[in-house]
Amino acid sequence: MLLCMNECLLRVGCCCCCCCCCCVLVVLLSFTGALVCHNSDLQLNDFCAGAGKPPMFGDYEAQRHWQEVTYNLPVQEWYFNTTDNDLNYWGLDYPPLTAYHSWVCAYIAKMINPEWVELHKSRAYESPAHKLFMRATVLVADLLIYIPAVVLYCFYLTDGSSRKKVSTLFCFLLYPGLILIDYGHFQYNAVSQGFALWGILALGLGWDALGSMAFSLALNYKQMELYHALPFFCYLLGKCVKTGLTGRGFFMLLRIAVTVLVSFALCWLPFLSDPSQALQVVRRIFPVARGLFEDKVANTWCSLNVLIKIRFILSRDSQLYLSLVCTLLAVLPSSIKLLTKPDFWQFKLALANSSLAFFLFSYQVHEKSILLAALPVCLLLNDLPLVVIWFLQASTFSMLPLFLKDGLLVPYVVTSAGFLFFSVYLLSALERCTEDELRLGAYHKLLFFLPKMDLACMMRWKFYVSIAAMAGLSVASVALVPPPHLPDLFPVLVSVTAFLHFLGTFIYLNIVQFSRPPTRKSQKKIN
Amino acid sequence: MAAPDTGGWFPALAVGVSLLKCLFINAYHSTDFEVHRNWLAITHSLPVSRWYYENTSAWTLDYPPLFAWFEFGLSHVARQFDRNMLLVENLNYASASTVLFQRLSVIATDVVFIFAVRECCRCVQEQKGSRDVLSRPSFVLASLLLYNLGLLIVDHIHFQYNGFLFGFLLLSVAKHLQSQHLQGALLFSILLNLKHIYLYVAPAYGIYLLRSYCFTQDNRDGSVRWTSFSPLRLLALGTIVVSVCALSFGPFIVMGQLSQVLSRLFPFQRGLCHAYWAPNVWALYNVLDKILAVLGVRLKLLEEEELPLASMTGGLVQEFQHSVLPSVSPSVTLVCSLLSILPSLVSLWLCPRGARGFLRCLVLCSLGSFMFGWHVHEKAVLLAVLPLSLLAVESREDAGVFLVLSTTGHYSLFPLIFTPAELPIKVVLMVMFSIYSFTALRKLHSGPVLRPLETVYLLGLFAVAFVCEVVFPLSPWQRELPFLPLLVTSVYCSVGVCYSFLRLYTGLLRHEDSGEKSKLQ
Repeated sequence: MLLCMNECLLRVGCCCCCCCCCCVLVVLLSFTGALVCHNSDLQLNDFCAGAGKPPMFGDYEAQRHWQEVTYNLPVQEWYFNTTDNDLNYWGLDYPPLTAYHSWVCAYIAKMINPEWVELHKSRAYESPAHKLFMRATVLVADLLIYIPAVVLYCFYLTDGSSRKKVSTLFCFLLYPGLILIDYGHFQYNAVSQGFALWGILALGLGWDALGSMAFSLALNYKQMELYHALPFFCYLLGKCVKTGLTGRGFFMLLRIAVTVLVSFALCWLPFLSDPSQALQVVRRIFPVARGLFEDKVANTWCSLNVLIKIRFILSRDSQLYLSLVCTLLAVLPSSIKLLTKPDFWQFKLALANSSLAFFLFSYQVHEKSILLAALPVCLLLNDLPLVVIWFLQASTFSMLPLFLKDGLLVPYVVTSAGFLFFSVYLLSALERCTEDELRLGAYHKLLFFLPKMDLACMMRWKFYVSIAAMAGLSVASVALVPPPHLPDLFPVLVSVTAFLHFLGTFIYLNIVQFSRPPTRKSQKKIN
Repeated sequence: MAAPDTGGWFPALAVGVSLLKCLFINAYHSTDFEVHRNWLAITHSLPVSRWYYENTSAWTLDYPPLFAWFEFGLSHVARQFDRNMLLVENLNYASASTVLFQRLSVIATDVVFIFAVRECCRCVQEQKGSRDVLSRPSFVLASLLLYNLGLLIVDHIHFQYNGFLFGFLLLSVAKHLQSQHLQGALLFSILLNLKHIYLYVAPAYGIYLLRSYCFTQDNRDGSVRWTSFSPLRLLALGTIVVSVCALSFGPFIVMGQLSQVLSRLFPFQRGLCHAYWAPNVWALYNVLDKILAVLGVRLKLLEEEELPLASMTGGLVQEFQHSVLPSVSPSVTLVCSLLSILPSLVSLWLCPRGARGFLRCLVLCSLGSFMFGWHVHEKAVLLAVLPLSLLAVESREDAGVFLVLSTTGHYSLFPLIFTPAELPIKVVLMVMFSIYSFTALRKLHSGPVLRPLETVYLLGLFAVAFVCEVVFPLSPWQRELPFLPLLVTSVYCSVGVCYSFLRLYTGLLRHEDSGEKSKLQ
C-alpha cells in the first residue's frame, strides 16, 4: 500500500515537473516571438520619425506621455486640461488604475533615465533603450498578471489529461492577436484581461467575493471591460437567487456588493474628495463625442455602412440610442439564460456572447476591442476547438489593416500561421469534429425544413474555405494596389469578412448556450 | 488525445522552428549580411574567372568554389526580389526586400539541416520499453539540434549559412551511422568544397574510412588485419573525393588561378585570435601574458616603454605581439592542433568502435582545432556542439560534457549580438535552451548528469553574465577598460571548453582501457 502511494506520488511529481517545464517553455516561446515582434515595430517607428510625421506616435507615445504626466503632476491635475497637461495631446482617458500603473512605471523610468519622463521636454522621446524599457514593462505586467491566470485556468478549470491541459495552455498563450497588439502595436491589454481572467478563475473555483474584486480591478484598469460586466453580474445574481434571496443568498449578495464598492472606492480614492474630479474622470473615460465607429471596424455598423450610410441619416443621439437598443437586445438572451441557470459553462458562453454582442452592436467600437471577445472565446478552447480556433484566426485577421499600418506584416504572418498549425495539431481540432462534439444537434431542429445533411462535414469545409479566403485577402491587401476610386477596398473587404465570421460565431455560441449542456458521459468520451 | 504518438512530432518541431526563425527577419544583422550580399553580386554579375580576383568590397570571396556556385544559384532567385542587390558597387545595400530575401534564403536552405536531423534521429538507439514521446531519445535529439541556440543566433540573427552546411555534415554522419560509407564520403567532400573550415574534422573521416571501410576485417584481438585491404573500396572513395574536388576546383586550375583561390581561402595575415577572443587555449595564453606583463611592470622587472602596445582586443583583425611570453606563429598552432588530435586518431585506428567511435573522434578533432587553431572564430564551437548532441542522448557521460560545452560555447557567442533590442531575445533563448537541455537530458538518463564541480562552474556563468551585462556598464571601469567584459567572458568560457575537451579525452582513453580489459578477460 505504502509502496503504491509512493509510486503514485512519484508519477504525479514527474508529471508536474514535466508540465512546469512545458509551461516555462511555452511562456518563453511566446515571448520570444513577442519580443521579436517589436523589432519590426522599432524599425517602423524609426521610419515614421524619419519621414517627418507630426509627433503623434500612437499608443506607444500615449503610454509614455501618461508616465510623464502622472509622474510630474499632482493627482488632481491628471484628468484636467491645465497649462502643464494638454489633454489634446494624448490626454489620459483610461480609469485610475491605468494611471497608477503609468505612475509606477514612471518611477522606474526616472531611476534609469530621467530624460524619459521629463515634463514637456520628453515628448516623442525615442531611443532603443527606452523601447526596451517600455517593452519590458509590458512583459513584466504579463508575467505578473495575465500568464499566471492563464496557467491556473488551464490547470484547474479544463478537463482532460495533463498533456491536453498543457496543449490548451500553449494555444491560449500563443493567441496572436493579444501578442501583436500588446507588443507590436503597444498597449497593456494583458493587464485588464488578466484581471478579468482572475475574476473568472475565482468564480470558477467558487470564491465569489474575490472574483468580483478582481473584476472590479479590471474595470478600473480599462473601461472596455464593461463588455464582460453583464455576465459577471448575472452569474453572481443568479447564484444568489438560487441560494435564496431571503436567506443565505442575501448575505452573499451583500458581501459581493460591499466588495465591489470597497474596491471601487479604493481605486478612486484620490478623486473622491471633490465631485467635480470624479465627474471629469468619468467624462474622460466615456467620450461620446467620437461617433458611431472609427476607421474600419468589423462590426455591424461599419459593415452596414457599405450599404446604408447610417452616420449621415440619423442624428448622433439617435445613433446612440439605436446602438444601445441593439446591444441590449443582443445581450438579453444569453444574460437571461445565465440568470436562470448560473453554472460555469453557461457563464463562459455568456461572457463570449455578451462581449461579441457589445463588439458587434455597441457605440464607438475600436477594432482592438475584439480582443475582449477573444478572451472568453479562448476559455472554450478545450470544449469547442474548431470553432474557437476559427474565430481566433478571424479576430487576428480583422486587425490586419492595423498591423499593416504598424509594419507588423511578418510577425502577423508568422504568428497566425504558427497558431493555426499548432492549435489544430495539438488540440486535434479536425479530428474532434463529429456533430456531437461540435454541438450541432440543435441545428437539425432549427433546419427541419432542409434535407438531412452531414453538418459536421460542412462545418469543416466552411473552415477550410474561410481560412483560404482570409489568407487570400491578406495576400491581396499586401500585394495588390486597390483601384483609384476605391482606395479602401481591401480594409472594407477585410472588415466585412471578419464581421461575417463574428456574426456567425455569435449566433453559433448563442445556439450552443440554449441547447442541452454537454453530458458528463460525452465529455469523458472526448477526453 | 493531443499530440499523437505516431511520429507526427517531427514536422511539428520543424515547422515551429522555421516559424521562430521567420520572427528574426527584422532583427539585427552583422557585416556577414553584407559579405553574403557582396558574394551574390560577384557571382551574379562577373564571369567565373573574376570571382576570386574581385576586390571592390573589403569582403572578398573567401569560401571554396562550390559555395560560390551556391551563391550563384541563389542570385537567380534574388533577381526576383531586388535587382539592385546584385550590383557589385552597391556596397552596404540593405533594402527591405534584400533583407527579406537573404533571411528567407537561410531559412529555406535550412531544409537540408532539418532533413539531416531527421536522418540522425532515425539512427539513435531507442531505449527499451514504451516511453512518453517527450522523453524519447530521438525527440530530445531533434529538439537539441533543431532548436540549437548557437545556430539560431549565428544564422538567423548574426547571419550565415551554417545550418545548410551543418546539414551536410550531419547527413554524412548519419550515412556513416547507417553504414552507407560512400554516400557519407560524397556528402563530406561536397561539404569540404562548400566551406573549408570542415578540414578540421577531415582527419577523422580519413582515418575512419581507411580503417573501417577499406580494411574489411579485423583480427581477433581487434587490431587491423592487413590482408583484408580492399583496393576497390579505396579506389571508389578516391574517385568520389577527387571528382568532387575536380568539379569544384577544376575550372580554376584550368584557368591557372589555383594559387589565387588558395590565398583567398587561407588568409594567414590575420591574427592569432579574432577581434573577440574565442574561448580557447590562446585566450588563456593571452591573459597569462597580460598578467605577467602587468606583474613585471609592478615588480620593476620590465620597462613599460619596451612593451609593445597592448591592443589585443582592440576590435580590429590584426597581428600583435605578446609582451612576455613567446609569440605564437601559425605553424606552432598547426603543430599544437595536430598534436592535440593525434591521440584520438591513433585510438580510432587501433581500436575502432564503429561509427560511434568515429563520431567521438570527429568531435575531438573539431574541439582540438578549436582549442589550438589559428584565428579561430567563436562560432566554430558549433562544429563540436552539434555532433556531440548525438552522443549526448546515448550516454550519460557525454551528456555531462555536452551540457558544459554547449552552455559555455553558446554563452561565448553572446558578444556577437550586442544591440539592446536583441538582448532579451538572446537571454530568453539561452535560458530556454539551457532549461530544456538540462531537464531533458536528466530525464533521459534518469538521474543527474553533472558532477558537483561542473554545476558550480555553470552557476558561476550566471554570475559572470550578470556582472558583465548589468554591473559593469554602471561601474566606473566602463570608460577605462571597455573590453574587460569580453575578456572575462572568453577566459571564463575557455576554462569550460578546455575542461570538456579533457573530459572527452579521458572518456575515450577509459573506454580504451575497459575495452582492452574485456578483451583480455
